[in-house]
Amino acid sequence: MAKASAAPAVDSRREALRRRELRLKENARQAKRVRALVTPEGAALNLKIATASERAGAFLLDFTLQIILIIVSVFVIAWMFSSMGFRGWSVAGSLSAVVVFFLRNFYFIFFEIGRKAATPGKRALGLRVAARNGGRLTANAVLARNFMRELEVFLPLSLLLMTVEDEVSAWIRLLGIAWTAVFVLFPLFNRDKLRVGDLIAGTIVIHAPRTKLKKDITSASPLSTAASFAFTPAELDAYGIHELHVLEDVLRQSTREIKARVAERIREKIGREKQTGEDDLAFLEAYYGALRSRLEQQMLFGERKEDKFDTGR
Amino acid sequence: MNDRVIKSYRFREERESDWAKLDLIVTRAEKRGVKALSDEELTALPRLYRQAVSSLSVARSISLDQNVLAYLETLCARAYFFVYGTRASIGARMAQYFRRDWPASVSAAIKPTLLAALCLFGGALVAFFLCLQDMEWYWTIHQGWDSRNPDASYDSLRDTLYTEDTNIADMLGAFAAQLFSHNSGIAIFAFALGFCFGIPTAILLIYNGVYLGSFFAVFWQKGLAAELTGWLFIHGVTELFAIVLAGAAGFMIGGAVAFPGTKSRMQSMRDAGNSAALVIIGAVLMLFIAALLEGFGRQLINSDMTRYVIAVTSLIFWLTYFYWPRASEEDR
Repeated sequence: MAKASAAPAVDSRREALRRRELRLKENARQAKRVRALVTPEGAALNLKIATASERAGAFLLDFTLQIILIIVSVFVIAWMFSSMGFRGWSVAGSLSAVVVFFLRNFYFIFFEIGRKAATPGKRALGLRVAARNGGRLTANAVLARNFMRELEVFLPLSLLLMTVEDEVSAWIRLLGIAWTAVFVLFPLFNRDKLRVGDLIAGTIVIHAPRTKLKKDITSASPLSTAASFAFTPAELDAYGIHELHVLEDVLRQSTREIKARVAERIREKIGREKQTGEDDLAFLEAYYGALRSRLEQQMLFGERKEDKFDTGR
Repeated sequence: MNDRVIKSYRFREERESDWAKLDLIVTRAEKRGVKALSDEELTALPRLYRQAVSSLSVARSISLDQNVLAYLETLCARAYFFVYGTRASIGARMAQYFRRDWPASVSAAIKPTLLAALCLFGGALVAFFLCLQDMEWYWTIHQGWDSRNPDASYDSLRDTLYTEDTNIADMLGAFAAQLFSHNSGIAIFAFALGFCFGIPTAILLIYNGVYLGSFFAVFWQKGLAAELTGWLFIHGVTELFAIVLAGAAGFMIGGAVAFPGTKSRMQSMRDAGNSAALVIIGAVLMLFIAALLEGFGRQLINSDMTRYVIAVTSLIFWLTYFYWPRASEEDR
C-alpha cells in the first residue's frame, strides 16, 4: 500500500527535475542573446540580440507595407491622370515608376536614419538598429546596411522569378540560387544574427520593446489583511527566485481560477490549511510579499536561491 | 514602521517619479525630436539619465521584481540611445556631406576608382577592336532584340540619335526608364557584390564595358562615331563616372575583406563599408542627375556641339569637385 503511493511521488519528482533541466537550458540559451554594453558612465546595459525569426517577421511586415504603399500610390496616380487619355496613362506610368524606385531604395533608409532607428515593421516587433561598438549609429552605417539588401533580397527574388528556357539556364539559375542562399541564410549562422549588411555597416539589431512600469504587487492597498498572514521562515524556504517570478506573472496576468489553483498548490506545499473566509488573492499577495522580502534579504547577504531545488550547496 | 513594506519597494517608491519624468522626456524626444523639449527638460535630462542608470545597477542587486528590472533595462537603453545618439539635424548632415564628406571619400578612393575605370573602359576597348575586326562578335555579346545592330542602315541608326518631336510625356518616360534601366541596379550591385573579394564587381564592370564597346563599334563602322559620342556622353559622363565610382566602392570593400592589414577582418570591413557607403550614395545621386540629363537634356538638345559642351563641362565639374585639393579640417 505504501509502495503504491510512493511510486507516483518519485515519478512526479523525476518529472519536476526534468522540467528544471529544460528550464535551465532555455535560460542558458536566452542568456546567449544578451550583449553587455558598457556605457561611458561605467554601467552595463544588457541589450538583447533580435532573433532571426523576429527579424524575418519585421522584414515581411515592411515588405508588405512597401507593396501596399506602391499599390496605393499607383492607384492615386492613375486616378489623377485617367482623364487625360492615352498620353495621361503614359505620364502616369512614368510617375509610378519613379515612385516605385524611391520606395524600393529609400524606404528602409528613411526610417532607420530617423530618431527611432527602426522601420515600422521593426518597431512593431520591438526591434531597433544600433551600432555594434555602442557608439553612434551614423547615417553612413544605415546606408551601407540597406544597400546590401539588393544582394540579400532583390537578387534572390529576381533569380526565383527568372524564366527558364533550357536546361543550361535552369542549371545557372540553380547555381545562382544556391549562391545567394548564402547571403539570405547568413544571419542564421553567426552568434550575433548579423546579416551581410550589418557586417559591412558595423550595426546590430536589438530587441528592446517598451515596457510599462506596473504597480508593485506588495503595494496592494488592503495591507491590513495581508499583515494578518504570518509565515514562518520554514514556510518561506519552500520556494526560490524562479517560483517567485512565476508567482509574479500569475498575480499580474492570470485568471481567478488559476490564482485559486496556485494558492491551493502553495498551501499544500507549505502545509497550511485554508482558513474559513480566507481570500485566495490576499493569501497569494501576502505570500509573494513575504517570500520576496526574504529572498531579497538573502540576496543582500550574497545567497541567491535560484529555485526550490537550490539548497545553496 | 510596517515591516510588510519591503526595502526594494521603498527604493522604487523614492525614485519612481524621476523614472517617469525621464520616460516622458525620452518618449517625447523619440516622437518629435530634441526641439520638442523645453530648456528645463534638457537640463534635467543628464541627471535623470544618470540616476536611472545607477538605479538599474542597484535594482539588479537588491530587487526581485521582474517588472521593475525589465522597465529600467528598456528605459536606460532608450535614454542611452537618445543621449549618445546622433545629434546632427538632417539638413546639417546633408550640407556636410556635399561640402566635405562626398568629395573627401571619392578622392580618398583614387586607386579603386582607377581599377574600376580600367575594368569598364578596358572591357569597352577590347570589345570595340574585336567587333571592328569581325562584326560576328557583336552577336556573341548582344541578343537579337536591339534594332541598333550591324545590319541596320545608316539612316535608321542616325534616327535613333536625334528626337524630332518632343513632349513632356516622352521625356518623363525616358527619365523613368533611365532610373529603371539596369544602370542604377548595376551601381548598387557593383557595391553589394564587392563583398566577395571584389571579383563579381570586376566581372560586372567588364561585362558592361564590353556591351558599350560593341555598341560603339556598330556606329563607328557606319561613320556615326562622332554623333554617337555626343548622344552618349551628354549624360554618359555622369552616368559612367557614377558606375565607375560604384565599382570603386565595391573594390574598397573587397580589398578590405581580402587584405585587412593590421586590423581584424571585421573591423577593416566595417571601416571600408562606412566610407564606401558615402561613395555609393553619391553615385546614386549622380545616376539621378544622369537620368535627368538623358530624359530631358538629350531630347531637347539635338545639336552635336551643345551636347559636347555639356559633356565636357560636366566632366570638368565632377573632376574639380572631387579631386581639387582643399584644406582639410585640421589645417583650418
